[in-house]
Amino acid sequence: MITGSEALMQALIHEGVDTVFGYPGGSIMPVFDAMYDHQNDFKQVLVRHEQGAAHAAQGYARASGKVGVCLVTSGPGATNTITGVADAMLDSTPIVVIAGQVAANFLGTDAFQEVDLVGITQPISKWSYQVRRPEDIAWAVARAFHIAGSGRPGPVVLDFAKNAQVGMVDFKPATIDVERGYIAIPETDPKSVEEAAALINAAERPLLLAGQGIELSNATEELRAFVEKADIPVGCTLLGLSTLPHGHRLRKGMLGMHGNLGPNVKTNECDLLIAVGMRFDDRVTGRLDAYAKQAKVIHLDIDPAEINKNVYADVAVLGDCKDTLARLTAAIDEAQHTEWIESFAPYEEKEWNEVIRHAIYPEEGPLRMGEVARAVSEASGNKAILVTDVGQNQMMSARYFQYTQKRSIITSGGLGTMGFGLPAAVGATFGAPDRTVCVFMGDGGIQMSIQEFGTIMETGAPVKMILLNNNYLGNVRQWQELFFGKRYSCTPMLNPDYMKIAEAYGIPSQLVVERDQLASAIDTMLATDGPFLLEVAIMENENVMPMTPPGGAVNVMMMNAMDC
Amino acid sequence: MEKKLYTLIVHSENIAGLLNQITAVFTRRQLNIESLNASASSIKGIHRYTITTWSDEDTIIKVTKQIEKKIDVVQAHYFLDDEIFMQEVALFKISTPKLLENPLISKTIRRYGARIMEANAVYAVVEKSGVTDEIIALRTELDAFDCVLQYVSSGRIAVTRDTAEHVNEYLEKINKG
Repeated sequence: MITGSEALMQALIHEGVDTVFGYPGGSIMPVFDAMYDHQNDFKQVLVRHEQGAAHAAQGYARASGKVGVCLVTSGPGATNTITGVADAMLDSTPIVVIAGQVAANFLGTDAFQEVDLVGITQPISKWSYQVRRPEDIAWAVARAFHIAGSGRPGPVVLDFAKNAQVGMVDFKPATIDVERGYIAIPETDPKSVEEAAALINAAERPLLLAGQGIELSNATEELRAFVEKADIPVGCTLLGLSTLPHGHRLRKGMLGMHGNLGPNVKTNECDLLIAVGMRFDDRVTGRLDAYAKQAKVIHLDIDPAEINKNVYADVAVLGDCKDTLARLTAAIDEAQHTEWIESFAPYEEKEWNEVIRHAIYPEEGPLRMGEVARAVSEASGNKAILVTDVGQNQMMSARYFQYTQKRSIITSGGLGTMGFGLPAAVGATFGAPDRTVCVFMGDGGIQMSIQEFGTIMETGAPVKMILLNNNYLGNVRQWQELFFGKRYSCTPMLNPDYMKIAEAYGIPSQLVVERDQLASAIDTMLATDGPFLLEVAIMENENVMPMTPPGGAVNVMMMNAMDC
Repeated sequence: MEKKLYTLIVHSENIAGLLNQITAVFTRRQLNIESLNASASSIKGIHRYTITTWSDEDTIIKVTKQIEKKIDVVQAHYFLDDEIFMQEVALFKISTPKLLENPLISKTIRRYGARIMEANAVYAVVEKSGVTDEIIALRTELDAFDCVLQYVSSGRIAVTRDTAEHVNEYLEKINKG
């Protein structure tokens, strides 16, 4: 017989867990005590705030493809992870949050640090379960990892009552077999594959929308084979940016509000839209009644609830896109759409001349966000993992980073969580220890998680931090300029001396103000073993362009503030 | 789109907290639940919810899928009234003095096929089972007599008219693996 806490250790090891991000507290102390004997079995990362633990688990999961684990105490420890749980739900990130809970006989009594965690997390998690007896640990942990990591991944919350942590149990690891209340991967109807193939063969102007589902299914090779055989141009969602490498002739850039002009305009000119592992988020579609009305739609997804949710699909192909893309590739004819693909060129040229050129190769004036992002990307050989915070730093780095490897972008897409970047980047360094991890943050977002400098100091996590400092909450400032009559309510921000903060944590750092210092500072950052903070003083009032105004049609993009 | 009364039949594992998750889907879509019944089903360990709501078809399809997506929900289906057999039950607690005073009251009760379950000097309890319209009609008539002390009605319960049993077939398939 072993304690429930030790049983949890055995269960985590059985699931292949190699890293746990956590923060101890009263109701989880027996588990942390058990962990003391397992310091060689998995890495134990002490974060500085439980929200950081959840985001770090997300970053770990997104970089590695494995389930991220975070371990916190009850009450405030548990509620501090909520933002991470909601974020992981919207972005389909597999994490398991294990939170302490008061002993079962105290449940419902408003005991110290008691909170109804299952009640709180049910609507924002894939599964939420309270473990009240040590006998349930084997099954609950096995099921938690199964549900988090299979099908459309998502967050699972285990609310772990203290009596179950200290009670004794005869532990045997469990495995989850078929379940009647959970179908991870829906069956693919062969007829839907045939119908989709027929539409694809008949299409003259097909456009494929590549979403994160392709990364989650590990299907980047299948995507490439499919689009090359059918000769279909590809627009990527924010989370799907690394599904097809930069430089591929069919890669036409990013979709959505701050995406590229070509794929957005062509969305309303194509005759067939093939959406793969994406969910037609409003930041991608703009106004729905002006979205691709001329096109037939094929939707490949693993989640039946996504079909016809926002955009009606003429053909829905359910299943794992690694499989369905391969089946479609086999079912279609080889094709060429040269003229259609070339028709993107004038839009690429227009965007290059009116936006991109000025954003990444400005000749004078203050430094700009885009030029920093492109310079960092190139200096890393375009091989780094890009982690972003949320806001202008996110859109600019996502736009101007170049992706040559899969799983190269980690960003909070659905929830848009400021403060996500720094802890997610810490997690990513553990999830992909062989890759360079660069996180772009603004002066707003960095301060929402700046306490994680402590985690970086302690673990030496080699996070390359790029702080784009414009002394503004830039994205809100941009909306105020464009849509709120330049009334800059609560967006100018007085900043601390970040060099001194970095120094206090023993993190090497450099501040760049002049353009001619940038390249060497980036080289220094990338050449430094371990973490580095590069602060770049950037133009105060730069706008992210082009832009589909909120509620606007996808194909009508502002190229600069004058278009407003 | 036109709003109709839909009946959702949901089969799930019998787990605490599941009802919460199901009703949360309605809340997010701003649909009012008209009636709700939870009970055992014909299948061991499987619970069954019968829920009615006014909705357009587009929304009810999405709601059904989002309910079915919940872990431990086995299947969810939606129906219009002509696709199901349905019934509900209402209890009326009626003042005995008024009942004796006005012979029209017991006449009305008989006309609706309702039955008196219990009567004493103070009150009588009348039970009426039927479809919503009948129950509402009876209530309206009894209300006019100013004799109703308490009124309660159950949620709708329903079984499908379909000759196929989709949930059973699905479970058989799963069990065969």
